[in-house]
Amino acid sequence: MNWVFVVVGAAVGAPLRYLTDRAVQLWQGPEFPWGTVIVNVAGSAVLGFVGGAVAADAASEHVQLLVGTGFCGALTTYSAFSYETLRLAERGRAGYALANVVLSLGAGCAAAFAGAAAADLWWP
Amino acid sequence: MPSASGGDEEPVDPDVVLGPAAGTPPVWAVLAVVSAGGALGASARYGAGLLWPTPEVGFPWTTLLVNAAGCAAMGVLMVLVAEVRTAHPLVRPFLGTGVLGGFTTFSTYTVDFQRLVEAGRAGLAVAYLFGTLVLALVCVAAAAWLTRRIAGRAGGTGTEARA
Repeated sequence: MNWVFVVVGAAVGAPLRYLTDRAVQLWQGPEFPWGTVIVNVAGSAVLGFVGGAVAADAASEHVQLLVGTGFCGALTTYSAFSYETLRLAERGRAGYALANVVLSLGAGCAAAFAGAAAADLWWP
Repeated sequence: MPSASGGDEEPVDPDVVLGPAAGTPPVWAVLAVVSAGGALGASARYGAGLLWPTPEVGFPWTTLLVNAAGCAAMGVLMVLVAEVRTAHPLVRPFLGTGVLGGFTTFSTYTVDFQRLVEAGRAGLAVAYLFGTLVLALVCVAAAAWLTRRIAGRAGGTGTEARA
């Protein structure tokens, strides 16, 4: 019944992405997809931490499925990231499109390393 | 949802597209379909990982192809619901935000990059990072372009009339 963990985690992660995106859009406006950047970076940090916890035998495979595959997987998105990049480019905002790519990949990877490093510190 | 400004239907800020408007479904309904769609999409991604598991420090082909397929589907969906036909207001949150958002993943992508780097496979990690990016952007752009072409032809908009 491993898939139940994935389903429960995703059923929370996906609406949390929607609510975050909505709140950030009301706050920052729709010019730049800050909401997607924020969920992707935050989810990368959490998954990096969970991966470190599992590697340190501090978390079970069920935690990995619930928080990692389910929650973080559904909280973060590649389809919205790529579509929003395309939309920015189509609207003639090439600079914003490039900034979206650089920021998402740069901050996302940095967050994954930071999450894993935090787990290493927590469980030396 | 009660209107903060009483009987005034005009939005305070016309740029905010998410305010209450005629035909906008209630937030709980959107959250429910996003949640259900996300669970479906994530289950499909989990299933793909079980069918085609990635070796410990191997190239994450499954996640790359899941993300590419999800981006292609997103390109088709967004053109269909935003440009071609008027869809039910819950179709886009269910399929786009829910199913495709849950199916594709950014966190597994960045953490797989981190794992490959820390396993000493930096070259493979960089190839994966930019390979996914290029493939995803090509997929969403090509899918949107193709959908517009086919829809334009089917709709008979004039300039793309069949020979």
